[in-house]
Amino acid sequence: MEKLMLLGDEALAQGALDAGISGFYAYPGTPSTEIVEYVQRSRQAEAAGVHRKWSSNEKTAVESAIGMSYAGKRTMACMKHVGLNVAADPFMNSAFTGANGGLLITVADDPSMHSSQNEQDSRFYGKFAMIPVLEPSNQQECYDMAFWGFELSEKYHVPVLIRLTTRLSHSRSGVSRRNPLPQNQMKKPDDLFQFMLLPAIARKKYKHLISLQSAFQEEAMKSDFNSFNMQAPDTSLGIIATGLAFNYLMDVYQGQPVPHPVLKICQYPLPERAVRELYDKCDALLVLEEGMPLVEDMIKGLAFSGSKPIKGRLDGTIDRDGELNPNKVARALCLTDTYGEDVPAVVAARPPALCVGCPHADSYLALNEAVAEYGRGHVFSDIGCYTLGFMPPYNAINSCVDMGASITMAKGASDAGLFPAIAVIGDSTFAHSGMTGLMDCVYENSNVVIVILDNATTGMTGGQEYTAAGKLEDICQGIGVHPDHIRVFVPFKKNFDDMVRIYKEEIAYQGVSVIIPRRECVQTLKKKNKMETPA
Amino acid sequence: MKKDIILAGVGGQGILTIAAILGTAAIKRGWHLKQAEVHGMSQRGGDVQSHLRLSDQPIWSDLIPFGGADMILSVEPMESLRYLPYLSKEGWIIANRTPFTNISNYPNIEDIYAAITKHPKHVLIDADAISKEIKASRAMNIVMLGAAIGHIGFSEQEISDAIRETFSRKGETIVETNLRALQAGIQAQT
Repeated sequence: MEKLMLLGDEALAQGALDAGISGFYAYPGTPSTEIVEYVQRSRQAEAAGVHRKWSSNEKTAVESAIGMSYAGKRTMACMKHVGLNVAADPFMNSAFTGANGGLLITVADDPSMHSSQNEQDSRFYGKFAMIPVLEPSNQQECYDMAFWGFELSEKYHVPVLIRLTTRLSHSRSGVSRRNPLPQNQMKKPDDLFQFMLLPAIARKKYKHLISLQSAFQEEAMKSDFNSFNMQAPDTSLGIIATGLAFNYLMDVYQGQPVPHPVLKICQYPLPERAVRELYDKCDALLVLEEGMPLVEDMIKGLAFSGSKPIKGRLDGTIDRDGELNPNKVARALCLTDTYGEDVPAVVAARPPALCVGCPHADSYLALNEAVAEYGRGHVFSDIGCYTLGFMPPYNAINSCVDMGASITMAKGASDAGLFPAIAVIGDSTFAHSGMTGLMDCVYENSNVVIVILDNATTGMTGGQEYTAAGKLEDICQGIGVHPDHIRVFVPFKKNFDDMVRIYKEEIAYQGVSVIIPRRECVQTLKKKNKMETPA
Repeated sequence: MKKDIILAGVGGQGILTIAAILGTAAIKRGWHLKQAEVHGMSQRGGDVQSHLRLSDQPIWSDLIPFGGADMILSVEPMESLRYLPYLSKEGWIIANRTPFTNISNYPNIEDIYAAITKHPKHVLIDADAISKEIKASRAMNIVMLGAAIGHIGFSEQEISDAIRETFSRKGETIVETNLRALQAGIQAQT
């Protein structure tokens, strides 16, 4: 069969489709978005009736996936790393309920924070939840691990975490397909107590999960995705390379055999027997891992003799933060490192910026004018394109913490006496995590102005649909915002004076105001216009 | 044989199309390919780059090492310089002369040209002007591709075939426009 040229995200999606998945659940988030986008374009998915609509947020996505697993079908929830924080509650508890139909939780981490607020490493969540973790090192493994993940999940009735990172999610390479499997039939769990986490049952569930740990160890010892090459001659150093780090290791030796014993780890829990053997055999260990020093820390904590050096991110052999690359690996191995020329001083930074004609730009310029008399420091914002309003020439916002935090931070600051306290949140972010915060504000009639920038899409991730589109006023009114203080305007330069006036009126109002600047994202508009023009 | 190419530009300038065409040509040869792209926040008018690795041997790393690139192919002059740490000592800079000035502190363009032409192996052409001249203004990226292929060992025939394959769904006119752009790029650098 001809190879498909797929991003890591797409290879995983295609693998899941071929492995008989019945439903994907996700909220967009870089670098995970392309998984579900691929499935939404897939004719195979359409023909098979695979669920692939966006969820409101990662928590609802994981819960829906647990429900589909309950009903016996194979399913996957996908998110970026910080999305797993949102979904941490169902995720952790799914380790207790276990799975009926195969349940994969796919999390794409973003080391070096190309498009994120932090660079947390989701493997820690896998360890925390005590479930198997798969960390593909290339696009083919992304594809194959979908099959294996479902198999493992159904064999032990546990969810399996698949951990991707940016460089694999967004890198394209050839992938060979297998014969597709049919979907599972709908089938309720044999044990109707399985998903019932009342304390008395949950305690048994926990004991059961603990009892599975040795089986997970054995699976990692014999996994096709792990390899233990103990035969290499130079035992002055043993190398453990996980996920993508294995590629960088192979790259620096340019196809020649690595002279040191090497453990390639792409399936967890960490296979301790293999690590012990490597430790006993070698004078020192080097741990190469993309992300935080999970394996390195575990090895140090495994209470080996303790006398041999363990090198990695914790002892400074490799930078403590940021993503790996072939050069960092070469330096860690004291091999020849290469470097071109420094970037000439003449090169200026070109940071991301709001697009020309972006509605947010007009909304911000008017907001700046409206709050000028109070000085800076009154505007809490959120996660999305509009976070770029922090940059000049706008300098319009003062916070960006997590999805939905604009509203609740404005409330807390208002409770502390800050006036005015203004929240700026995108329409899709509001649907994701803003509504409950608005409810807090209404409950106490907090003195806040909440600006919901409505560009009718999830913009930053490339223009996806979202669940509350077209319903913002109804939602705000339903939550209890007074209709007189739900104000809508169209953010254009020509409306500047009206916009400033509306902002000022609602700042003056003692209570909860919602202002909705509404104009479609210029990017999605451009795409639509292109599609409507016949070729 | 391997070809490691850094494709550079500003979001929306079409570097991923260049990658797709080169990738198609490489696969026709039976070569391996890895191509790391940039998505998400950095696309919003910021600098973008793609690491394109082509080889007759299996490729491990998705990233090109610093000092390892055979070419920086940039559709914007300043962006060609941003990736110099990746360029090998023998590598080529292929850059477009027309700046994309979406920042207020864009440097003096003559200083940019000087930094490019200081490099022993460079091609600096005005792909925007050339593409307008041949009435293919949306194929500036393909003009740049034309200027590059000779220096990475791809023949005009191979790339023409790849362009046909890449654009065939969009109709013969678009294919012809892009082939014209390729041709103009090849001529511009000789």
